[in-house]
Amino acid sequence: MANKIYDEKYPVSYPMHGAGGKTGDWRLLTPRIDREKCSKCMLCWVYCPDAVIDRETLEIDYEYCKGCGICARECPRKAIVMIREEE
Amino acid sequence: MATSIKDLPRDEVVMKGHGACAGCPSTLALRIAGKAFGPNAVCVMTPSCTVASLGLIPKAAYDYPILNVCFATAGSSASGIVYAYESLYKKGKLTGEMPTVFTWIGDGGTYDIGLQAISAAAERNDNYIFICYNNEAYSNTGVQRSGATPKFAATTTTPQGKMEDKKNMPLLMLDHQIPYLATASLAYPTDFYDKLVKAKNTRGFKYIEVFAPCCTGWKFPSSDMIRISRMAVTSGAWLLYEAENGKIKFNGPTAKIMEGKVELSPLEDYFSCQGRFASINRAANKEEIIAEAKNKILADIEFMKKRAAF
Ligand SMILES: Cc1ncc(C[n+]2csc(CCOP(=O)(O)OP(=O)(O)O)c2C)c(N)n1
Ligand code: SF4
Ligand code: SF4
Ligand SMILES: [Mg+2]
Repeated sequence: MANKIYDEKYPVSYPMHGAGGKTGDWRLLTPRIDREKCSKCMLCWVYCPDAVIDRETLEIDYEYCKGCGICARECPRKAIVMIREEE
Repeated sequence: MATSIKDLPRDEVVMKGHGACAGCPSTLALRIAGKAFGPNAVCVMTPSCTVASLGLIPKAAYDYPILNVCFATAGSSASGIVYAYESLYKKGKLTGEMPTVFTWIGDGGTYDIGLQAISAAAERNDNYIFICYNNEAYSNTGVQRSGATPKFAATTTTPQGKMEDKKNMPLLMLDHQIPYLATASLAYPTDFYDKLVKAKNTRGFKYIEVFAPCCTGWKFPSSDMIRISRMAVTSGAWLLYEAENGKIKFNGPTAKIMEGKVELSPLEDYFSCQGRFASINRAANKEEIIAEAKNKILADIEFMKKRAAF
């Protein structure tokens, strides 16, 4: 990933996380993975449109997860639940 | 052999925190394309949700050099890039592997506004991959009807449901006699991935269309995006196939449907989970409408069976 700062001469954008802001703020419901139930099939990883599930650890990056709920809906083990976060 | 999910490359072209809606099919599709093409690729986009979701300068949400062009050049801009590359390689000014050149264009840009130049590029057999992500409407501008919107679907310009059938764009491209064509579904990501890799390794004009259920435009909960992608295939509303040098091969559940090994899943289920078909549920002649839509699907399946036997 390039990490150049804004180029004064040319209006060029560079790939960076958060181009749409801290999109975790959009979330209404939050996915939580139950490790006991998970079989590491990787379906949640492949279906996440926001690429926020870590391939190795299946850790979810809550700074950017939008809470779409696809991972929970598709998990064959029902290992992911969508919860309402406490204030 | 078909790739398994665990074999998919680690490359992530989609940066976290992009501007697309929660559950966006277009970004998921692009994410899979990034895995198939790797870092050495160049992308052309026309105005669309994908362009809007790139975010604000100085950040960009997708890790490819992306050229944003006007609709009418949906087909020709990538041609120009390929001609320039080929000439620079020939003159020895560039060395190493030539980047994969591909377009990332919505159904509005493909079926309607960009059609003429796409047809011309296919006829010239220009060496790039044309990818259409089909969310069956002009989503970015507020969900207006397109040539890909199916009959009966409500959009902001067809509030009572569209009255006309959609075009059969993949078939239209197939009849340009291009070396590779495929349709894909996000519910079957490894099938989509394998098709992208095949296209990358084929010379000439390649056309891939991926079905992209848009929760915002079609009015369903974002969590259902993959489920609706799957139902479109199992109900026959979206057929999965590929054609190498014109020879059609059906894939996944569509292959089983064509062989008569599985029944179509109820079309009513596919309609009832999407708000854009709500007027069907309210209609006095609901049964009649569903029967008409089902007959159209059965006719398409019969036609494609015969077309594949050529
Ligand atoms: C020539 C021209 N006409 C109209 C527009 C306005 N416009 C911007 S995005 C868009 C919708 C494109 O729809 P589609 O290609 O299906 O992509 P989607 O937004 O659905 O992802 C339209 C009509 C434009 N930018 N240029
Ligand atoms: S889909 Fe479910 S079982 Fe599969 S890896 Fe994710 S949490 Fe685990
Ligand atoms: S809720 Fe959506 S964005 Fe968040 S981890 Fe699951 S699939 Fe990804
Ligand atoms: Mg569209």
